Amino acid sequence: MQSTTLIIVLLGLMTLAYYMGRKRSLSLVNGRVRDLHSLPSYYGIHTALWCGVPALILFVFWISFEGAVVTGMVVDNLPQEIQELPPERLNLVMNDIRNLAQGDIVSREVDETMQGAADHYSSLLRISDMSLFVIGLSVAILGGLLAQRSINRHQRARNRVEKAINFFLVSSSSLAIFTTIGIVLSVLFESIRFFQQIPVTEFIFGLEWSPQTAIRADQVGSSGVFGAIPLFAGTFLITIIAMFVAVPIGLMSAIYMAEYAGKHFRALAKPVLEVLAGIPTVVYGFFAALTVAPFFRDLGTSLGLSVSSESALAAGVVMGIMIIPFVSSLSDDVINAVPQAMRDGSYGLGATRSETIRQVIIPAALPGIVGGVLLAVSRAIGETMIVVMAAGLSANLTANPLEAVTTVTVQIVTLLVGDQEFDSAKTLAAFALALVLFTITLALNMIALHIVRKYREQYE
Amino acid sequence: MNNNLQQQHDRTMVRVQQGLDRRYRQEKRFQRIGLGAIILGLVFVSFLFISIIANGYTAFQQTYVKIDVNFDPEMIAPIGETDQEVLSKANYGGLVKKTLRDMFPEVTNRREKKVLYSLVSTGASFQLRDMVMQDPALIGTQQSVWVLADDDVDMLIKGHIDLNVPESDRRIKNNQMAWIQSLQAEDRIEKRFNTIFFSAGDSREPELSGIKGAVHGSFFTLMICLLISFPVGVAAAVYLEEFAPKNRWTDIIEVNINNLAAVPSIVFGLLGLAVFINFFGLPRSVPLVGGLVLALMTLPTIIIASRAALKSVPPSIREAALGVGASPMQTITHHVLPLAMPGMLTGTIIGMAQALGETAPLLMIGMVAFIVDIPGGPFDPSAVLPVQIYLWADSPERAFVERTSAAIMVLLAFLISMNLLAVWLRKKFERRW
Repeated sequence: MQSTTLIIVLLGLMTLAYYMGRKRSLSLVNGRVRDLHSLPSYYGIHTALWCGVPALILFVFWISFEGAVVTGMVVDNLPQEIQELPPERLNLVMNDIRNLAQGDIVSREVDETMQGAADHYSSLLRISDMSLFVIGLSVAILGGLLAQRSINRHQRARNRVEKAINFFLVSSSSLAIFTTIGIVLSVLFESIRFFQQIPVTEFIFGLEWSPQTAIRADQVGSSGVFGAIPLFAGTFLITIIAMFVAVPIGLMSAIYMAEYAGKHFRALAKPVLEVLAGIPTVVYGFFAALTVAPFFRDLGTSLGLSVSSESALAAGVVMGIMIIPFVSSLSDDVINAVPQAMRDGSYGLGATRSETIRQVIIPAALPGIVGGVLLAVSRAIGETMIVVMAAGLSANLTANPLEAVTTVTVQIVTLLVGDQEFDSAKTLAAFALALVLFTITLALNMIALHIVRKYREQYE
Repeated sequence: MNNNLQQQHDRTMVRVQQGLDRRYRQEKRFQRIGLGAIILGLVFVSFLFISIIANGYTAFQQTYVKIDVNFDPEMIAPIGETDQEVLSKANYGGLVKKTLRDMFPEVTNRREKKVLYSLVSTGASFQLRDMVMQDPALIGTQQSVWVLADDDVDMLIKGHIDLNVPESDRRIKNNQMAWIQSLQAEDRIEKRFNTIFFSAGDSREPELSGIKGAVHGSFFTLMICLLISFPVGVAAAVYLEEFAPKNRWTDIIEVNINNLAAVPSIVFGLLGLAVFINFFGLPRSVPLVGGLVLALMTLPTIIIASRAALKSVPPSIREAALGVGASPMQTITHHVLPLAMPGMLTGTIIGMAQALGETAPLLMIGMVAFIVDIPGGPFDPSAVLPVQIYLWADSPERAFVERTSAAIMVLLAFLISMNLLAVWLRKKFERRW
């Protein structure tokens, strides 16, 4: 709440600074705007920027490091024996102190040191908040006043403001790069830590996946085997099923829309199909688990087959339905990009429409369609909620679509949800899986985009 | 000779004719397959909607039971007591139980009594407490009160419990059936519009759970997401489209944005976990972190849409502005941006709709915690609507199935209205140059 107030006060100060800067620039030239280098509003913006930006930067830094610094100070004041605990235990103690300070329920009995630490913690937080408020506001006022003082009729306010805007534009567009670097680094570092514990070859070629690591050495049933082949196989199986549903339906409906459908039919059917693309994946997951999976199980029972209630088939089919509009809109684009002259040539030779489509248009559009299908595959591999809700958890190495399999994304979710510690092989394995996922989808995308671009150039 | 030629010609015609028939049949078949594919797609859409609505519409009603409560001073507090502290600490659970025992005096067996108590929700005692605390004069009087029925009773009244199943497998036993029937005969059971669903946070009891907390959480998350991704996305698009020199660096940025658009959303969740939570030490499960992660995820969508909008502004506008002496920055901010704004807003709304439905990255940053309180700001722990759906879908109670479907209906209503808004914006401001 404190920070919200601070931001609102800061915005108010910036507005004030704008008017003050503007007014001063006007009064300097007695209202004759053409004697100024820039328009008065630029002097206003210049002042407001000097007022707001330094304070905001200070605020962001403060907020980012406040938690770590305060925690460090509290830990320094804890008794020696608690300080020497291993980091994960120390983390638990800190959590308790934090909960105690906020008046929540604590997982252990509260003794004197705990209470003292909690009081220390909350008083530090209060001091930090207060000083941020005071320092932040003084920086803002000081910046605004200095900028307002410096205004003179030759000051190049417009150029300075435009420079600031340009800096914002450049840094915004670089954010995409930083996001990618952030993804790569965060996934890579944890993966390297994982591969220090588990050899890469065991991870990539191992046939058994059972990530429950033993807490005690003598524990039974906690093997901690990290062979990812069953996960890759499961992901592959579900993706194949999804493609078997999505590609024929998506492609055929795109062909019909592009070549046969009348204007009215197209105007009606296309948006309805696109509704499928806008439905959140969690809804598909619920649909798969509640409706489709029981349907396949009952169907299997009536045919004398045993179908798991978390069968790969149900998850795959629903994922296929989700991808239909993706395939169909991509194919629609490439089919429409085939030049009309090729169709006309084919009709002129006496071919029927379907013959033209099959023998002229599809071969011509094939690279684009393949690119689209590759994009759809990358999407199916990365899809999470449908498989989390409808596919299984145990890693079966099987090609039978009626059995339950698990996928890479399901394992990432189950390994990470609800866990606080980040150094066991179990949680680190999730990052290694994410590295594989990221690499594969990235490669598929690069290839697909390359193919699509090549194809477009061919007909331009 | 002539005859021979004629014969050959006729044979060719027959062959062509036969071939034509085959080819036309093929044509018909091909066309039908295409139509079939579209119809199949439409069937999937309608099937999905029908299944969700059929499962969920009953959640908008809730069963209530009328009980005659004797606000016994011995059980609550002496008549005239107004101290809220004392009033709030009385044993209202016992009061509900006693009321039920009084209504069904024939139940004496301990096990049966326990079953009897489960007819009404655990929320009933809180309801009585609130009544007494609001009006202490109730103590010592006899009142008819409509209280929430338990979720199993609710399911039975709505017809979701199959009575043909053997008693041991059924949530509602035969003796409960008899009591419910006698209550129904006295008009003591009634279905009303379910206001709790819209005004409560999450709960372990289906009849006490609602989506308000999740809706608030979604709202704060989307606001954070919008505040970051819209200005940054538009700025990036403006730079790449209007100012960027054609060089290696901008090429890398372009390829990067296209690739980011296709990175699985769960990977963004891992990024948020590693960077925002583990590195910067921001708290888990708060809309602030959720909004940051979703902003990074929707940025590519907004950048791509904004660039398309900027491209559609004709160069003559820029040339005219530059010609009368505007600086390049003034040209963009005063002339190009206002003209491209509708297209950018459309793209942003579609990006926001995506972010609203996104679940997987939020699971990674701990937004799956069970949170009862309704969040008051972006720094309070909260759930969001899709995660709430995921959590409820995992719950075993039958009553949560209909609540999940109802929450999905609310989510889809939001999404559809956002998309319609985008379509309307595009229609209204679309300009052909």
